[in-house]
This record gives sequence, structure tokens and C-alpha cells, in this order.
Amino acid sequence: MPGVSCLSPFVELDRVSLTYGGGTMALDGTSLSVRQGEFVAVVGPSGCGKSSLMKLVTGLVPPTRGNIIVAGHEVAGPLKIVGMAFQNPTLLPWRSTLDNIMLPLEIVEPHRKRLRRERAHYEDLAKKLLATVGLAGFEQKSPWQLSGGMQQRASLCRALIHEPKLLMLDEPFGALDAFTREELWAVLQQVWLERKFTVILVTHDLREAAFLADTVHVMSNRPGHIVSSHSIDLPRPRTLETTFQKDFVDIVHVLRDEISKVRAAGALLTPKATTHA
Amino acid sequence: MRNRLLERILPWLVVAGLFLVWEIACVALEIPEFVLPRPSVVLRVLFESAGPIWFHASHTLFTTVVGFALAVVGGMLLGVFVGSSPLVYNGLYPVLIGFNSIPKVALVPVLVVWFGIGTVPAVLTAFLISFFPIAVNVATGLATLEPELEDVLRSLGAKRRDILLKVGLPRSLPYFFASLKVAITLAFVGSVISETIASNQGIGTLMVQASSSFRIPLVFAGLIVIAVMGIVMYTVFAAVERRMTGWATRKMDYATGG
Repeated sequence: MPGVSCLSPFVELDRVSLTYGGGTMALDGTSLSVRQGEFVAVVGPSGCGKSSLMKLVTGLVPPTRGNIIVAGHEVAGPLKIVGMAFQNPTLLPWRSTLDNIMLPLEIVEPHRKRLRRERAHYEDLAKKLLATVGLAGFEQKSPWQLSGGMQQRASLCRALIHEPKLLMLDEPFGALDAFTREELWAVLQQVWLERKFTVILVTHDLREAAFLADTVHVMSNRPGHIVSSHSIDLPRPRTLETTFQKDFVDIVHVLRDEISKVRAAGALLTPKATTHA
Repeated sequence: MRNRLLERILPWLVVAGLFLVWEIACVALEIPEFVLPRPSVVLRVLFESAGPIWFHASHTLFTTVVGFALAVVGGMLLGVFVGSSPLVYNGLYPVLIGFNSIPKVALVPVLVVWFGIGTVPAVLTAFLISFFPIAVNVATGLATLEPELEDVLRSLGAKRRDILLKVGLPRSLPYFFASLKVAITLAFVGSVISETIASNQGIGTLMVQASSSFRIPLVFAGLIVIAVMGIVMYTVFAAVERRMTGWATRKMDYATGG
């Protein structure tokens, strides 16, 4: 990548604050840096401004104060090198699964221009991607014919089809049952190991964060900022076995302690916050 | 199988039963013909005066369809405009509600002053009464777009136009087609109202003339013709709706067909 050395971070937030129109402060002095190809998880109590972080990094919302730099450029508007997936798979019910996956190609340049001429080539790419997440043979199915887990796999494919440099995930597995969720951790890890894009995962599932991430950042209560950061040095690929090993369990315990502390601090602040309102 | 057959013929049975009850009641209670004619008399008049009735009914059908076509185009455009941004939505909605609250009967004299007696006021009344549900439904379809989906598209660099064409419009199609069924029946109401007040052609005119000469069976024949035309057009648009937006109702035939 021209203009980006390996040493400078791929994503950098420098004391970023975000206050919404109504006066609610979502983030206060958040600093965060992510290396190229790093898998980062942000955990925190509910309502700590994790989703606001997503909107800031992707340029959907401008920060009230502070700077955000992605890929060597200050973020000034919606970024085009990003893929996003949410808890709600938001697939379009009138399109087949394959056509849903190909939606970003109809919008992002240079694919947009080429799509009509090289449709077969792109369809091939999409089918391969579907196969890597275990959805081979489901290309022509409509989204409502897929289970929740399958829809989320398809949503992940849609976020990856245009080969984004940065993948933003906002509690993507939050609405799934425990078995499906753990299955999808492995799927996501595998795709990431193959392609090595940068990932920012926002979640409240500490095991999920510890399983997937290279670094886990803990956020405080609203207004959020990063309280602490933990490197997870477990070998890859991690498996479900990993989650029963002592190292893993210890990490999850440490994270849980921190979240409890953050929540307790939040509870002390709450009466004050209510008198404000 | 038996249930499906029953489903098919049930509407006909209901209509036949209704007419039968009506007939029996008229005979039993000795209701005079100029108050409430028996259905058998109405049907006889329907056949006897088929020529003039067809002349007027076809004209009503024509004005209704023209007014409705205008309403589809106008309602769609207005709906897209209103639904495209919350600002326009909030700004225009009260005005639209206010306009829709005006009884369209009250507008016909104004239209007559502007355009004279005849076809034009009828077309316009049909348009004015039927564009509102279309506009509101399209606007609702656009305004209820999931914010996450909009984020996904915007983060890909999608322009407003992209979002509208790729997601907004397809998503509002079920609302649009649902509104067509309502709008076409309203369009009949509009054109007939206008014809009753100020026209020399159309089923409304026929009914006014018939009632002023106490030919009540002919009035009822006119009512039945309007009802039949309404049902036929409704069925047409219900079929169009099923065909175009099967994904929204998740019909079995659509699922296996795709």
C-alpha cells in the first residue's frame, strides 16, 4: 500500500469525542490504534458507545473532537474500503443469496463499471466466497429460506465480497444461539487467516473477543473511552478446545473483572447522570 | 381439494345468498319498487338497458382509469419525494393529511369552474382521491428502511440515488402494489362523484337522471355495474401485486418457482 508504512497504525483514533445532537455524549477522549491486518475486539458494558465507534471509524458520523486516521488519511466522509456486518443480517428479501452478496459490487468502483462485462467472473468469486463460509449450494435460495446462522454467514460474505481493507463487525453473532455462534467464530477466523484484512469487532461477548482477537480493548461506561488493552497471545488457528484451556479462561476472567469494575463505576455515576437529565 | 373448491365458489355463494335474502325480503315485506326494487327487477333492467348502461359505464371506466394512471405516476413521484428525506416527510405530511381530509365532493364545483362540465373534472376527481394512498404507502416504504442497511450502503460509497434504486424502491414495492388495490376503488368513487354533480356522460350521470325520473331499478343497476367494475379492477391489481411482490408474502408457488 503506497503511503502507509508497516509501522504506522492502519486505524488511529486520537482523543476522539462524539456528542450527539441531543447532547448525549457517546464517546469522550477515545484513543485507539490498530495495525494493518490486526484483529481487534472492543468490549464494554451495554450502551457504552461501541456502535458509535463503528460509525466514527467508517466515516458515517464525524467526530465532535479529535482525529481519526484510516489507511494514512484523515476520515472526512464515508470510507469505501470498509465492509460492515451487524447483528441484524439486513439481507434484501427480493434478491437471491448470490445477488445479495453481489450488492456491494454494484456500488463500489472499480467493480461497478466492470460488473456487467465480467459478470461470470464476479459470480464465480461470490460463489467461492459462499463456499468458504459453508454456503455452497445456497446461491439461489432467498434469504428467508436460510436459518439465522446462514443469513449471518451470507451477511459476512456481503461485507467481504469487494475485498475491503477494513472489516467492521457490530455484534455480528449477538442474535445467534451458542452453538451457531461458536461455529461462526471458526468460520470468521479462517477467512481472516486466509485474507488478513484488518478487523474491528464490537461485542459484549468476552469469550468471543478472546477467541477471535489479537488485541482486546475494554471500554468504559458512557461516555466511552478505552480503559485498558490486552494482547491475546494464544496460537492460531484457535479451536473450541482453546476455549477450555487455562490461558484462555484466565484472559476471560481478567476481562470480566475489568468490565465489572467499569460497570460498578458506572453505577456510582448513574444518580448524578439522572439529575443532569 | 374440497376446501380449495369451497374457497373458490364461496364469494359467488355469498353474492347469490345476499340477492336471495334481498329478493325474499322485498316480496315478503311488500316493499314498493321505487323504494327498494327486487334484484330480479334490477337484473331485468340491467339487460333491457344494456346499451345505454354500457355507453355510460365505459365512459366511467375510461375516466377512472385515466385518473388512476395519473394518480399512480403522481403518487409514486410524490411518495419518493416525501419518503426520501425525514425533513421533507415532516414538512409535507401535515399538508398532505389536510388535503386528504377535504371531501373531494367539495372540490368538484371548483374543478367545474376551472375546466367546465364533463370528462376533465371526473378524471381529476378520480386522481385527487386516489393519489394519496399511493403516495403515503411509497413514502412509508422508503422511510422504514433499516438504518443498518443504509449504513452498509453508505459505507460502500453509495449515492442517494443508488440507495433509492437498489434498496428503497424495491423495498417499497409491496406497499406500492397494496396501495393500488385501494386506490383503484377510490378512483371509481371519485369519477362517479364528479359525474353525479357535473357531467352529461358516465354511470353517475345515468343514475342521477334515472332517479330524477323515479326509475329506481335503473339506479340500482348503475350501482351494481359500479360495484362489478370495482371488483374486477381490484382483482386485476391484486393479481399484479401477487405476481410482482411474491417475496414479501412468501407464497409457496413463488418460493419453489424461484
